[in-house]
Amino acid sequence: MNQALKNQLSVSTEPLLRVRDLSLLYGLEKGCQDVSFDLYPGEVLGIVGESGSGKSTLLSLLSGRLPPQRGNIGYRDKQGQWLDLYSASEAERRTLLRTEWGFVEQNPRDGLRMGVSAGANIGERLMAQGVRNYQQLRGAGLDWLSQVEIDPQRIDDLPRTFSGGMQQRLQIARNLVSSPRLVFMDEPTGGLDVSVQARLLDLLRGLVRELDLAVVIVTHDLAVARLLADRLMVMRRSRVVETGLTDQILDDPQHPYSQLLVSSVLQP
Amino acid sequence: MNTLIEVRDLSKTFTLHQQNGVVLNVLRGVDFSVAAGECLVLHGQSGAGKSTLLRTLYGNYLPAGGSIRVQHDGEWLELVGAEPRDILQVRQRTLGYVSQFLRVIPRVACLDVVMEPALARGWAKEQAQARAELLLTRLNIPQRLWQLAPGTFSGGEQQRVNIARGFMVAWPVMLLDEPTASLDDNNRQVVLELMNEAKAAGAALIGIFHDRIARAAVADRHLDMTPAAVTEKEYADVR
Repeated sequence: MNQALKNQLSVSTEPLLRVRDLSLLYGLEKGCQDVSFDLYPGEVLGIVGESGSGKSTLLSLLSGRLPPQRGNIGYRDKQGQWLDLYSASEAERRTLLRTEWGFVEQNPRDGLRMGVSAGANIGERLMAQGVRNYQQLRGAGLDWLSQVEIDPQRIDDLPRTFSGGMQQRLQIARNLVSSPRLVFMDEPTGGLDVSVQARLLDLLRGLVRELDLAVVIVTHDLAVARLLADRLMVMRRSRVVETGLTDQILDDPQHPYSQLLVSSVLQP
Repeated sequence: MNTLIEVRDLSKTFTLHQQNGVVLNVLRGVDFSVAAGECLVLHGQSGAGKSTLLRTLYGNYLPAGGSIRVQHDGEWLELVGAEPRDILQVRQRTLGYVSQFLRVIPRVACLDVVMEPALARGWAKEQAQARAELLLTRLNIPQRLWQLAPGTFSGGEQQRVNIARGFMVAWPVMLLDEPTASLDDNNRQVVLELMNEAKAAGAALIGIFHDRIARAAVADRHLDMTPAAVTEKEYADVR
């Protein structure tokens, strides 16, 4: 048995992320408030709820992009040191986002550098970590293109010549190349055709398991949540109204709003 | 006797907030335990809450009260109120669930669907594949289908793929929701053999079997679940 699987099989007793009383309100029930949870290595947390429920605000706070009005976020780094995200310096936060963390934007154009080649997009994080060897960067580019099912011969092409689904897969490769431990995803399948979505979901599922990634994924698509998330948080009007095991929330929702959300989905 | 699962005073209610807050008491005061090598068959008419009980044991439905304790990694673990990640660990190593229905994932091949529980436990791919091929052969799934995604398979084929997946690894406790329903005699016989092999290997089985032959072949004890609190139809209508 290899080491990654052994780690996966032994339940990690210490969380990776510890979130307490996180709040940022733009107005009455706009934004998010009083959010607390722990995220463990290898765990996939789905945040679901309708537009305006505060999902995206919460994701921005969690990923260090937007300081909260109240509450705090602790992150346990590779060395096992706890870091208070918003007491850390801007430079420390930025380093974290480029190395141990990843962020997959809904629109790949926001997460890619459209003016440089696919290979350069993938190499950027490695270069930021000090890798200067051309062959090594090139090798990582080729390897990751094939991992996300893009023809490695496209390595020198600009992302704008790629389809939407390929751009999204390139964005994922660009994030995962630095072996992050925690990845945030904002509606990663949102803008894609249904046929392309299935392929991306399958790819994400495989990578998450293989790399033992912890993921926080925001989605309004409950089928995506069922496929990817271990557990769910249901948000409504800035608050978390229910949390639990994904299939339990979807098959036996307790809160009136969760019941409405689940029963409102059309079954194809 | 080596008890593997113990259920005490278990209850399950559904509060239907979209239906004027109607409360359905589906399970009340359920008590039983099952030992290694034993098969408990849930008995009761349609709507007595048999499937609800299996889903509640699996953590798919949230219990309203009581206790569900299982032997997990050599220790007793309480599942009522357990953290999601603990339940996922129990589902990976201790508690198996086989229903008639396969939840199809787009693009994932039949063989991979069957191997998944073994790979999740850290088996080598070759070892998992050999076992998966053996099970698919025994369950009469033609080899030409193995590399295809089961989305396009017939209902019976999907059911048998799901059974192969359910028996891929040894589960200390197995929950079976009519695994033999609508199978032909030949395939039903294979499933009965698989269940008896699991029992012989020391698994505790809890199952629902509507056909008499299946019951006679595996049952050691019955749990009487009448009187019905609410019929399945009533429940479906209000839901």
